[in-house]
Amino acid sequence: MSEVAIVGVGCVGFKSIMPELSYKELMFEAAVKAYEDAGGINPRKDVDAFVTCAEDYWEGFSIFDEFVPDQLGAVLRHLFTVSGDGLLGLANAYMLIKTGHFDIVVLEAHSKASDILTFYDIVAFAMDPVMVRPLGGNPYYIAGMEMNRYLCETGTTIEQCAQVVVKNKRNALANPYAAYGANITLDQVLWSEPCFYPLKKLEISPLSDGCVVMVLASEKVAKKLTDTPIWVEGVGWATETPNLETRDWGRAVYTELAAEMAYKTAGITCPSREIDFVELSDLFAYKELQHLEALKLCKYGEAGMLLEDGIITKDGDLPVNVSGGCLGMGYALEASGMQRLLEVVLQLRGKAEGRQIPDAEVGLAHTWRGIPTATGAVAILSNIKE
Amino acid sequence: MFGKKRVAIVGAGLTLFRRNLKETGKELAYEAAKMALDASGLELRDIQTVVMGTAPDAFDGVHMKGEYLADGAGARGKPYVRVFVGGGTGVFTPLAGWWHVASGQFDTCLVVCEEKMSSCFPHPAYAFTTIFDNILARPLGTTLIWIFALEMHRYMHKHNLKKEQIARVAVKNKKNALDHPCAQLGANITVEDVLNSEVLCWPVQRLDISPTSDGAAALVLASEDVAKKITDNPVWIDGVGWCIDSTLWTNRDLYYPDYVEYAARMAYRMAGIKNPPKEIDLAEPYDPFDYKELHHMEGLLLCRKGEAPKLTEEGVTQRDGDLPICPSGGLLGVGNPIAAAGLMKVCEVFWQLRGEAGKRQVPGDPRTGLAQAWGDLMQYGSVIILRR
Repeated sequence: MSEVAIVGVGCVGFKSIMPELSYKELMFEAAVKAYEDAGGINPRKDVDAFVTCAEDYWEGFSIFDEFVPDQLGAVLRHLFTVSGDGLLGLANAYMLIKTGHFDIVVLEAHSKASDILTFYDIVAFAMDPVMVRPLGGNPYYIAGMEMNRYLCETGTTIEQCAQVVVKNKRNALANPYAAYGANITLDQVLWSEPCFYPLKKLEISPLSDGCVVMVLASEKVAKKLTDTPIWVEGVGWATETPNLETRDWGRAVYTELAAEMAYKTAGITCPSREIDFVELSDLFAYKELQHLEALKLCKYGEAGMLLEDGIITKDGDLPVNVSGGCLGMGYALEASGMQRLLEVVLQLRGKAEGRQIPDAEVGLAHTWRGIPTATGAVAILSNIKE
Repeated sequence: MFGKKRVAIVGAGLTLFRRNLKETGKELAYEAAKMALDASGLELRDIQTVVMGTAPDAFDGVHMKGEYLADGAGARGKPYVRVFVGGGTGVFTPLAGWWHVASGQFDTCLVVCEEKMSSCFPHPAYAFTTIFDNILARPLGTTLIWIFALEMHRYMHKHNLKKEQIARVAVKNKKNALDHPCAQLGANITVEDVLNSEVLCWPVQRLDISPTSDGAAALVLASEDVAKKITDNPVWIDGVGWCIDSTLWTNRDLYYPDYVEYAARMAYRMAGIKNPPKEIDLAEPYDPFDYKELHHMEGLLLCRKGEAPKLTEEGVTQRDGDLPICPSGGLLGVGNPIAAAGLMKVCEVFWQLRGEAGKRQVPGDPRTGLAQAWGDLMQYGSVIILRR
């Protein structure tokens, strides 16, 4: 039985560029929406803790934590930064409430990626400064190498990977929060510019701007704030290793570990039967298939066939990335996991409009922190209270 | 604690603090983590989760520094997260460790704080030029010492203090550090030495400031069940508190740190402490500058506003005084590898409460101790209260 619920959500974006709003204004607008959505809470009095998710280099500051409190209504309140994805922030917010000392916790993550002039150079700074960075090159070559290994180990085809892009961009057309919805064909993906062999341009999620704020509450308080609390049944997160030299290049081990932990907490023994829909990280098209397998929703190497059989399309048995995923909504840096989480909450509330999955009761949100990390997180949410 | 889960510290580890250590950040994290594990009697495979604390990525020049340090900190294949609240990180990281265990999610947690400032050329202070607002402040060429000079001046003016009174803190802490095996700047100096040292930005002089350092510290946390099995003398985390003030530091009266008071009140409430000066046996407030120790003692409600210099003068804050402050030697004496320095303070309180502080041991069998750190733009307070 869960004790933690999501009771309010607010989202601004996602768009390829949002020059009309600064990062502070993005956060302010999303926060106001979330506080209203949570029954009109007053952040200055009602909120026991604030969690914000940011990395200094994305923001262009040395201590980004400094610039967060005012626009969230958190001045002289209990706020801190998690240097990680929104789902890692969720894990901490969840644990805070489970201690019994906190009733309402606010979670924020955003992306102002359009402010970054030299994105790949920033990513290169995440590489080991002694052993790897001096080799130079665009660090996304790691994704190309990993894709090669994954295809080799599983027999997944490049067409299957390309099909993920077609599906997700089409899904995104029905999502007002998505930046990159499009009707494209398999050939357009396959013939798009080769970037990091065998990875092609359209298989790489383009960057987007936006912000998501959520309000979490303990069971006692959640029922007072909303009629439709979405329960956090379990959270899991894991880091495999930062070392490129010693990690597993075929399997997404970090996701396997995170999923194992989340399933255990949520009491899920047969994921493919108990989970109704999935939102996962498809930063690169092949990652959707690799992550689907790591989440134990199918056997290793079978995700491509699931896609071909139409099982993971919007109308299939196990819809995956109905929101459009990162490919459709855009890669929102540390807010990527929050995009996934947002979609799961909206679906479970029955408020996903044109893309609503009928009778959805249990959803899974997953994220990966991108190149060159091997860190991922998984959250299981449900709209039923046992 | 309202009948909720208690969390114990069962081991601590600390590396040397030095200006320019040869070890990489990963190696420093490894050394501290290994020492803490050995002290607790646990092995890495017994550790269920790891929490990392490390301050700006700009020191190491590594983006996503938490990810980079993961294997050094023993997090391979484990749930791992980095928290970051500027200079407050060192004391905040064990707070994050606390909720990992207090939530019931984990039974054991390794808390590691690492800082390698020396990789930043020509001087780590340059990393701090990018902590300011990119439109309003950065174009002025603001440095960290300028804004602390403003704060120190305001504090001195408000309470009509002389520099001599503040310099005593540097004298005390550097002397205390002579007994600390990890210390970088232990020394026997006089008030005159401080007053005659190079002026950096009036009223801040060379000996008013802590050095830049490399180093790491680590703690092993355990749930009540596990702690009672592996040790006879666990030290309990009985209170946690943190608070952030507005980004707009220019709009605040800098003579008093409200955010430290709010953080302290949160921790005192949780620990059931009503009269801090009476109930706290020793404290490790954050002292990157000598005036900050005084400033923070007042914010922590350990004395009245403006009273801390007087207590220092009377010797109350000496190691054998009624309220020992920074018996470790603090940042002024032991060194200031930002996040690791904060956790060093928690380690010191842990060792003092266990009676394991050696030559630094404060007399009187202390039972309750407090550590505090401060960060961001003179804006963040994090407080932890430990009890035997």
